[in-house]
Amino acid sequence: MENQEKDYSHIKGWGIDADPKNDPTYPMRKRSNDEHNGYGWKRPPQQPIDIEVLHSNERPNVTAVFGTSAPPSGLSGMIRRYAFRYGEGSFAHWLPLLMADRVNVVEGILDDFRRGRVPNIFAERGGKAEWKHNPKGMVQKVAIGVVVVTAVVALLSRRSRSSES
Amino acid sequence: MLAMSYRGPQRVRIDQKPMPEILHPQDAIVRVTRSCICGSDLHLYNGNVPDTRVGETFGHEFIGVVEEIGPDVHKLKVGDQVIVPFNIACGECTFCKQELYGNCHESNPQATAVGGIFGYSHIAGGYNGGQAEYVRVPYANVGPTVIPDWMHPDDAVLLTDVVPTGYQAAEMGGIQKGDTVAVFGAGPVGIMAARSAWLFGAGRVIVFDQEEYRLDFVRKFAQCEAYNFKSIEDPVVFMKKTTDSLGADVCIDAVGAEAAGSAMQTITGRKLLLQAGSSTALQWAINSAKKGGIVSIVGIYGPTGNLVPIGNVVNKGLTIRANQASVKRLLPRLIEHIRNGVLSPRQLITHHIPLEEISDAYRIFSDKLDNCIKPVLIPPSARI
Repeated sequence: MENQEKDYSHIKGWGIDADPKNDPTYPMRKRSNDEHNGYGWKRPPQQPIDIEVLHSNERPNVTAVFGTSAPPSGLSGMIRRYAFRYGEGSFAHWLPLLMADRVNVVEGILDDFRRGRVPNIFAERGGKAEWKHNPKGMVQKVAIGVVVVTAVVALLSRRSRSSES
Repeated sequence: MLAMSYRGPQRVRIDQKPMPEILHPQDAIVRVTRSCICGSDLHLYNGNVPDTRVGETFGHEFIGVVEEIGPDVHKLKVGDQVIVPFNIACGECTFCKQELYGNCHESNPQATAVGGIFGYSHIAGGYNGGQAEYVRVPYANVGPTVIPDWMHPDDAVLLTDVVPTGYQAAEMGGIQKGDTVAVFGAGPVGIMAARSAWLFGAGRVIVFDQEEYRLDFVRKFAQCEAYNFKSIEDPVVFMKKTTDSLGADVCIDAVGAEAAGSAMQTITGRKLLLQAGSSTALQWAINSAKKGGIVSIVGIYGPTGNLVPIGNVVNKGLTIRANQASVKRLLPRLIEHIRNGVLSPRQLITHHIPLEEISDAYRIFSDKLDNCIKPVLIPPSARI
């Protein structure tokens, strides 16, 4: 091997956590075999379930605590409920969830308008920082966007002209 | 209160949100004094993690002051300044009893594969995170740890995830004295993994990334070799050549789903979402490891599947070790290392940004602008 150094005195703390027992067969958990008794531990008290909580069908219950950040709602919520019929190993679980996320983005924009707020997408995307630190890249992105949009518009208008003739 | 609000892929903003409340007898409410944006937050930011809902607040790396406690909280008191590990752990289930605090079975109803994590979508329990002024912290007797008086808050906030994750990456590598360790990724976690590898007695530490400023930093911070994979034709061949054609004893994937370096992986994993992110770093790690070697994974991937050369894992007899860091288990040792000057994580922090400028902070970190390595967000109430 190249550059194999033997003196590590310049590296503060070299070897102080070395553990010869830590080979691949040395478990990193404090094994107790308690899990052989199944789901038998004394559970913490249950957080009141006063919102809709979707739970994996790979467990029997809602965990003792859970987050309340964004309960399922609207069309995206319906898709999420469908997804949770399937197990965590199934694409039928994850792909609808990804779809629900995209639907949820549209719902978010509509919700902003409903509340009288026009989302400032330029600011939300950190446009100010990009302009300050990477103006060239930003101009490039805008130019590519303009070219793509122009090409699409030109293509569509040519098609409509040819279908008229 | 002010809190970050996810609006869609690459769209975040600051909104006024209701104050969090005690919802469980073991809850605490923490006023945030510092929070970070983590590399794994970028998976959420880019819309790559399923069940990331509009309106959620991200942020699993934060410290703060205890403002309120539930009736069953007895290990903390109001006014305590605390490190809040990113894992939400009950301390009672069979996995917590084994100190697998990242695998708690009583904190995430939505998925059994991972325990609860602050601000990490509904795949990790649906909790609001710390990129806000206040946070609800469940199981406050278990995770939160009082910050020692002598500790700098910038060191403390990095103990919530980055330092333990990097350290555990090296620990899972089962490094033996003299081992060659390859670290893929010179983000904050990769940098800490490289630094930690020496603590376990590594004989040689080699880091790969594509950002020159990060490579420069890791060379100095971790006193290791560092190479730009863009200037190397094939990092795997490079690793073989530099190890007498054998490969590294230990390879660490410290990147996860956002990995660059392979157009095919980028397109299928990051653009089309046909995989759970790009697994280029993991592929390199597997292929660069010596026969009988160990691959340690701390890079985060989505829940579906990835293209990895599993045949090579079998044929080379590799051991793969992976997990979310068990922060609570590691904190005592890491606090000791900081106190003794062995580790100085706050050197990683390049940006202190007001919480109100969250959209710009994400853009800077995501696009690696302004030589950003680690941004810290400061809420207005912490600036008074």
